[in-house]
Amino acid sequence: MEHYTMNLTLKVWKQKNKDVRGSFETYRVKDISSEMSFLEMFDVLNEQLVHEGKEPIAFDHDCREGICGMCSMYINGRPHGPWHGTTTCQLHMRAFKDGDTIVVEPWRANSFAVIKDLIVDRGAFDRIIQAGGFISVNTGNAQDGNNIPIEKEKADQAFAAAACIGCGACVAACKNSSAMLFVSAKVSHLALLPQGAPEKRTRVLNMIAQMDKEGFGACTNTGACEAVCPKEISLENIARLNKEYLGAAATIDK
Amino acid sequence: MALTGVSLIAFLVVHAGLNACIWANDNGEMFNKAAHFMGSTVVIRIAEVGLFIGIILHIVQGLMLEFENRSKRTIGYQVPLGNRGSKWYSRSMGLLGTLILLFLIMHIYHFWTPSRLGGIGNIHSLQPVEYNGKEYHNLYAEMITVFQSLLIVILYVLGCISLAYHLMHGFRSSFRTLGLHNERYYKIVSATGVAFSIIVPFVFAMMPISIYLGWIQ
Ligand code: HEM
Ligand code: SF4
Ligand code: FES
Repeated sequence: MEHYTMNLTLKVWKQKNKDVRGSFETYRVKDISSEMSFLEMFDVLNEQLVHEGKEPIAFDHDCREGICGMCSMYINGRPHGPWHGTTTCQLHMRAFKDGDTIVVEPWRANSFAVIKDLIVDRGAFDRIIQAGGFISVNTGNAQDGNNIPIEKEKADQAFAAAACIGCGACVAACKNSSAMLFVSAKVSHLALLPQGAPEKRTRVLNMIAQMDKEGFGACTNTGACEAVCPKEISLENIARLNKEYLGAAATIDK
Repeated sequence: MALTGVSLIAFLVVHAGLNACIWANDNGEMFNKAAHFMGSTVVIRIAEVGLFIGIILHIVQGLMLEFENRSKRTIGYQVPLGNRGSKWYSRSMGLLGTLILLFLIMHIYHFWTPSRLGGIGNIHSLQPVEYNGKEYHNLYAEMITVFQSLLIVILYVLGCISLAYHLMHGFRSSFRTLGLHNERYYKIVSATGVAFSIIVPFVFAMMPISIYLGWIQ
């Protein structure tokens, strides 16, 4: 694609801290290269703001290569912007044209409090993982991974579920603010593997209990999460989570 | 939600099948006999109680679910995701369900009340009709009377449209909720769901339409 530059109008959510209500502010940026990433465009804007003696916009980011899940921006009504299967940091400015107005909002869900501007607190996800998203292994030498035979299809499905980067776009997109796609990915990748089997029942029960405690909504299978997930986590995992949960609730002996 | 939804789907099959007897064009004899059978067997009477409990549970749980889920995002978005992420009817289950509920209240008042409670207080009772020396309720005649009004026919058709969209999401969603994760079976269930959601409400909608237009004698 041909390189081009553009002038843009940005409407960005500004919020001082958790306790005060924020509002939108309008900014203008000039000569943005079509080859820049969306976050680089924000860097340019922030530098401009610093030069003008104004406060830069606070936003989360870390890896800038689509693997850490930090870059939570709700761009023009879609988490991570217009491209399918792409994080904000991997979104390029060639997705926009000269003269566009871009509205940038933080994730909206009561379980993800806005800390400042575009940064939300996704600690609820960490607590869900702490409730059961792991396997318990005694210390000692790691054994050879190939010692445990796993059928190829299961391994592939587990790998696809494990691709979830915990970004929270699923919650942001869901009309119910439900975290089911995230939890289902985290339960599925262990449920599909033999290593996950010993703690299979307590895992799913504890993670769901924590999810409810964090105040996420209930899933009604609308599919908005799957449509926006940058890692293309499938809705099939939610059905697997439901099966795991029903099975565990019916047979748990504790 | 899913369990009560699936029971309601099962009920719809029986209900649609039985009502289809009106098209036998025998002045309602087959339909009245079938309706009488449904009203006189103890098994069906027990199932009827189950159905009422199921509907009430479904409605109460559905409305609670809708309100609770709405409370999870106090500050909304400036630009909504809308149809880019999901179908409008998948997001409108609470609204569609409420429309069905309004329809149900009217529907129960039209047929169930006179047929089961007719004669009590000032509730009007159904006319009697005789086949082979045995007396039956003429529910068929009641249907013909009710569906002479264009307004009622339109309300019934709107009720059926709401049901169609409610099921278009609800059928497949209930299988997901119950844990169906095999993609091949899910595709079959989805296709069945779409066919069911179109055919059953269509059959229902054709009943008042056929009577109003005089296609049934
Ligand atoms: C003949 C009547 C009805 C049938 C056959 C029916 C069927 C279903 C089915 C199969 C589901 C899906 C369950 C799931 O995903 O777990 C569902 C969900 C739902 N129904 Fe109904 N329903 C009926 C009437 C109603 C009424 C009267 C209401 C009332 C207000 C209602 C409100 C809801 C709600 C809110 C949901 C959950 C939304 C969702 O899962 O996305 N339904 N229904
Ligand atoms: S399921 Fe997808 S959208 Fe949700 S947290 Fe994981 S990667 Fe992000
Ligand atoms: S910054 Fe790490 S995924 Fe975007």
